[in-house]
Amino acid sequence: MWQIFHKLGSPKWFFGIATRLMPWLLAGGVLLMMAGIVWGLGFAPKDYLQGNSYRIIFIHVPTAFLAQSVYIMMAVAAVVTLVWRMKLADVFVKAVAPVGLVLTFLALFTGAVWGKPTWGTWWIWDARLTSMLILLFLYGGVIALDRAINDEKSAARAVAVLVLVGVVNIPIIKYSVEWWNTLHQPATFKLTEKPTMPAEMWVPLLLSVLGLYLVFGWLACLRMQTEILVREQRTRWVREHVMAGRT
Amino acid sequence: MHPIRKKRLTIVLFLVAGIAIAVGLTTYALRQNINLFYDPTQISAGEAPVDVRIRAGGMVEEGSVIRDPNSLKVEFRVTDFNASVPVEYVGILPDLFAEGQGVVAMGQLNGQGRFVADQVLAKHDENYMPPEVADALAKSAKNGQQPSKAGDAPAY
Amino acid sequence: MAFESLAAFLSMDGHGPYVWTCYGAFFVLMAVMMVWSVRRRRAVIESCRRRYESLESRDVGATTRAAATFTRVNVSQD
Repeated sequence: MWQIFHKLGSPKWFFGIATRLMPWLLAGGVLLMMAGIVWGLGFAPKDYLQGNSYRIIFIHVPTAFLAQSVYIMMAVAAVVTLVWRMKLADVFVKAVAPVGLVLTFLALFTGAVWGKPTWGTWWIWDARLTSMLILLFLYGGVIALDRAINDEKSAARAVAVLVLVGVVNIPIIKYSVEWWNTLHQPATFKLTEKPTMPAEMWVPLLLSVLGLYLVFGWLACLRMQTEILVREQRTRWVREHVMAGRT
Repeated sequence: MHPIRKKRLTIVLFLVAGIAIAVGLTTYALRQNINLFYDPTQISAGEAPVDVRIRAGGMVEEGSVIRDPNSLKVEFRVTDFNASVPVEYVGILPDLFAEGQGVVAMGQLNGQGRFVADQVLAKHDENYMPPEVADALAKSAKNGQQPSKAGDAPAY
Repeated sequence: MAFESLAAFLSMDGHGPYVWTCYGAFFVLMAVMMVWSVRRRRAVIESCRRRYESLESRDVGATTRAAATFTRVNVSQD
């Protein structure tokens, strides 16, 4: 079993798998996202209370969902980095941190623009919004810390520790709306319960969430490949790969 | 698993558990500051400070909204179905403000237990539905049947 | 279709600016992220290729270098 695990950590093996997966991830992701967004924007019924402004949900929820998922994946990779010293785990953290930053920013931005017409304010320091802002800073911190340390190995360890320290923020984001009084409403999508909206609203939402996951998968593969090329440029297989692509 | 890796894993788990406990205790100690607003039960029990800027949140009581015809002054009661607090506010209310809807008001509690607000924000719940469904629910509620969603929890 | 006309779709009952700002920001940022990632990958491959080629020519050109410098004069002609 451990052998498979170590094979998974081989950059060369991953590079090949990623190349084969990427077209499917991109095509599937863009298709699902477009279906979800077109359905959500043009065909889903409007909300009885918020009217059409609720249509922002079809990108607000996917970006917020992904922003947290990406961080959890980074935390798992950080454990692997610290315990098994697997290079690929560290490559993952470095490749996806900027993507997480953009997704968190988008979640905050779309939330603010949605908050203005519905709540009456762009921003309020409630537990949900503040913990999400902390997530943005954590992503920023991970990127900055990685850039600040030149030595690859010490950078990997320092970044992994920071990611793990920050992971306590994730349950705080998730449960903030239940533990404390907040302006933000509780979750519409829960794993254990039925969504609090009819199917013609939650199906497009689910499509765009799945689509964004696939697009993220594509971005992660692409950026990890780039990072692998940089790190492994002295190896024979990278040299062969690069020179084979020469025309 | 290799003993060194086992040791590293233990250290990592202790690190995460330690931070989680520290953060948990801190947020528990600061829970009153993390709460965005006081609910009407807390205010009527005297837990909220008087003449200090605080927020009060709850649901606008049905039939309690009194609009002054000559100005933007509005009076209403905010309830959490245990207690209710009278609120007065001068200004433009958000679009979603309505009886039976959630609000969070920023302002001061005066000596008479009235909440003088200078900002009122609308708070909505996590239920979304098409207007026709909402109408049907309201109709069935009027006919004496319990609405299936909105009735079972105070959704502010 | 939840809207009667294109104008109604664009105005979204007055919420249009909010909705379209969000979707605009989403598409622009995602597109920038994706294009930037593809470009960076291409740039890395390109720089690797150039390095390997210079290494190769150094290996191959070790014997011919003396002759090459003799014939090719790196002095401006004007």
